[in-house]
Amino acid sequence: METLMALLIGVLFTVGVFLLLSKNFLKIILGTSILAHGTHLLIITMGGLKKGMPPIVRGENVSYTDPLPQALILTAIVINFAVTAFFLVLAYRSYQELGTDNIDKLRGIADE
Amino acid sequence: MKGDHLLLLYFTLLVPFLFALLVPLLYRYMPRIHTGWFVLVVPTGIFIYMINLIPIIAKGEKLVNSVPWIPTLGINYSTYVDGLTLLFGLLISGIGALVVLYSIYYMSKQREALHNFYVYLLIFMGAMLGIAFSDNIFILYMFWELTSIASFLLIAYWYQRKQSRYGAQKSLIITVIGGLALLAGLILLSIMTNTFSIREMIEADQMIVKHQLFLPSMLLILLGAFTKSAQFPFHIWLPDAMEAPTPISAYLHSATMVKAGIYLVARFTPVFSGTIEWFWLVTGTGMITLLWGSFSAVKQNDLKAMLAFSTISQLGLIMCLLGIGSASLYASTAILAALFHLINHSTFKGCLFMVVGIVDHETGTRDIRRLGGLMNIMPITFTLMIIGSFSMAGLPPFNGFLSKELFFTGVLEAARLNIFHLETWGILLPILAWIASIFTFIYSMILVLKTFTGKYKPNKYEKKVHEAPLGMLISPIFLASLVILFFFFPNIISNNLLQPAMKAILPGLLEGGGFENNIKIWHGWTTEVFMTLGVAVVGMLLYISFPKWSGIYEYLPEKISFNYIYDRGLVGMEKLAAKITKTYMTGIVRDYLLYIFIFFVVVVGGSMVLLNNFTFNPSGNGPVSAYEVVLILVIIGAAVLVMLTKSRLTAVIGVGVIGFVVAMFFVIFRAPDLALTQLVVETVTVALFLLCFYHLPELGRETGGVGLRAANLIVSLGVGVLVTLLALTAQSNPLVDPISTFFENSYQLAGARNIVNAILVDFRGFDTMLEILVLSIAGLGVYSLIKLPLARRDNK
Repeated sequence: METLMALLIGVLFTVGVFLLLSKNFLKIILGTSILAHGTHLLIITMGGLKKGMPPIVRGENVSYTDPLPQALILTAIVINFAVTAFFLVLAYRSYQELGTDNIDKLRGIADE
Repeated sequence: MKGDHLLLLYFTLLVPFLFALLVPLLYRYMPRIHTGWFVLVVPTGIFIYMINLIPIIAKGEKLVNSVPWIPTLGINYSTYVDGLTLLFGLLISGIGALVVLYSIYYMSKQREALHNFYVYLLIFMGAMLGIAFSDNIFILYMFWELTSIASFLLIAYWYQRKQSRYGAQKSLIITVIGGLALLAGLILLSIMTNTFSIREMIEADQMIVKHQLFLPSMLLILLGAFTKSAQFPFHIWLPDAMEAPTPISAYLHSATMVKAGIYLVARFTPVFSGTIEWFWLVTGTGMITLLWGSFSAVKQNDLKAMLAFSTISQLGLIMCLLGIGSASLYASTAILAALFHLINHSTFKGCLFMVVGIVDHETGTRDIRRLGGLMNIMPITFTLMIIGSFSMAGLPPFNGFLSKELFFTGVLEAARLNIFHLETWGILLPILAWIASIFTFIYSMILVLKTFTGKYKPNKYEKKVHEAPLGMLISPIFLASLVILFFFFPNIISNNLLQPAMKAILPGLLEGGGFENNIKIWHGWTTEVFMTLGVAVVGMLLYISFPKWSGIYEYLPEKISFNYIYDRGLVGMEKLAAKITKTYMTGIVRDYLLYIFIFFVVVVGGSMVLLNNFTFNPSGNGPVSAYEVVLILVIIGAAVLVMLTKSRLTAVIGVGVIGFVVAMFFVIFRAPDLALTQLVVETVTVALFLLCFYHLPELGRETGGVGLRAANLIVSLGVGVLVTLLALTAQSNPLVDPISTFFENSYQLAGARNIVNAILVDFRGFDTMLEILVLSIAGLGVYSLIKLPLARRDNK
């Protein structure tokens, strides 16, 4: 399972990086989103998969899945959400102000 | 007695700096009196104090002491006074006093910013004294750079003029490059000898010569000395430094700062002497500088430029003598000649600069093509010019004659030696020295005859020409009398000043029987006398026929001049740097992202390949079931769809699909909290995407062609493959056991059955608090982005 997940993570990173390298705001933000998914899956995969019960205490002599990566991912999801939301609004506002969604056209002011 | 002296010495060395603080106040609150009168007290006082030290030093006593500055690093402000130090101390303070006196009449109280002038001058004086008196290499270096900075400020004193700024920048660049080389050389020396004290380095000279760092440190220190003392080919800054006010040219660029390099070479002669590299580097550079300087001086039209090249050539002469003198046991006359000429040059060159300043001041020009016939109008100035120039040319009865004779003696002695390949090349030294002396003779004559003889044409001058005021004449008269005095009584300074200074340069020699330090005016009909006669005769003939052969200067193409190389080099370096920056700083974010990803792939992937540490061990893997494979395929499909689609809606939905399948994976991987959060967040995110991009245009085509997209694909594939390999390798090598068994006690420790939640709010609650903060900041950011559209470009 971990091997398959590693391959899947590789695909997500490839797609994420490819989208990051494009010119369009939307694609770049979608790329960061996909990269984030890849990263979350990477964290949980590194903790080991399907090793026991869900981490909710039921009594003695039960083996649980590692809870620590889950806590880390939960934090990461929320932070990623906050950053993505901010980027979205930023992209929206810059399109409104600057009239383009092409990142190559954002070249600053001539006399800078 | 001695303790008092040391205390006084420290105070004396600090006085210029302390007084520099006072100068602006005096300038501001005593506007009726020329600020220079107050400043005059400082060098005069120091000079009198130094005179009092002469008997002590002449007896062979040495004043050593140190005050801690950074004791933990071994850096102390230590001073050491021996003959060489005192000689420089007297020159700096003595000429300093005369220059200040001269400047009082030269610099107008009404028109000039005198407070700046005297502050810079005092800083320079203090720094120069500091160089001569320091024993610690770092203190020496500190003062060394301080002289560069003060000189920079003084050259650009009239900062409104372009040429001043150009000259100041040039001199700063060249001397600071040399200064940094000096620092490196000094540090190498301290590594070799394990001390920061120059005195202790001199005692360890045997160890240094054998050390492998010997040659680098010697080269670096010489680079520092040669740049400061305007030796070939670093002499180019000195003629441009002539944009400074004339008192500054007289003080810095003839008598003191340019002799800092001479001091350095003399100071380190005991450390490096006796080696063939030192001998030929110092002698050779000095000789080339002497020749080139005197040759170039003849073609100048500006009096100050002529004096600048003459200074270059005389410094080369002194340097050459120091080099010859480093073969100390055989050629001690050279050191005597070097030191004697050092003093003589300061006197006659200081006098000449002041005279040129007077001519400039009274006629409004320094161009020899416009000057002429001033003999009868300015008789005193004319007399002073004759004394200075004839001394420079090496004629009796002036002190230049004595040191020129000693110079010839030195080179003749060197030519007879059988060491350092002198038996083959040595004969060149007297020949070149003789040729250089002829050129020296010619420009000395030009200086006198072109300026003062001929017909007086009043219409050529902007002002009504008259003799200079007495005050302006005092200093050059004083220097000119010294020029004559030193000729008739050379042994006064020889016994009291030169002998202790020679002892400092050649510490080993005195035990070996002492040396001849009696300077005689007349030796009889020796070779040197005939050489001088030859110089005078040939020089006079060449001067008369000068218009016939002056054409040779035009054969020298401008492109091989060092100024041309310097200017071109500076422009070229700027252009090159701009070009390099422009090639990689494209301003396009995508390019920078490419650099980052390529760097990541090359460094991480490269080290993986080099260390050959990819491992694959699937034995600990969990089981795979069919629907998981289906889910994986769905994600891959959605990802590829996002990558290829041209519709924004498809792309957004594709990413949504990926998010929801990831949530399903969290279910499979037994992470219920994650699955819940992921579902909610993904839903909100997709909604946000849809909301936002409703306002954005369609994706459109990726411009840039297939090649660019292929490059992007290769880089992203590289990243993806590398991440997969890293994940597999990390998975196959679990280094430590997880610590999560501790958290399984969450019910006993925290009263919570949900372990993940217990970690989030109890065990690691701090993370959660800051994550809440991140969310709040993002919310506030979104709010302000939308609500505060303040600074519009067009300021509506």
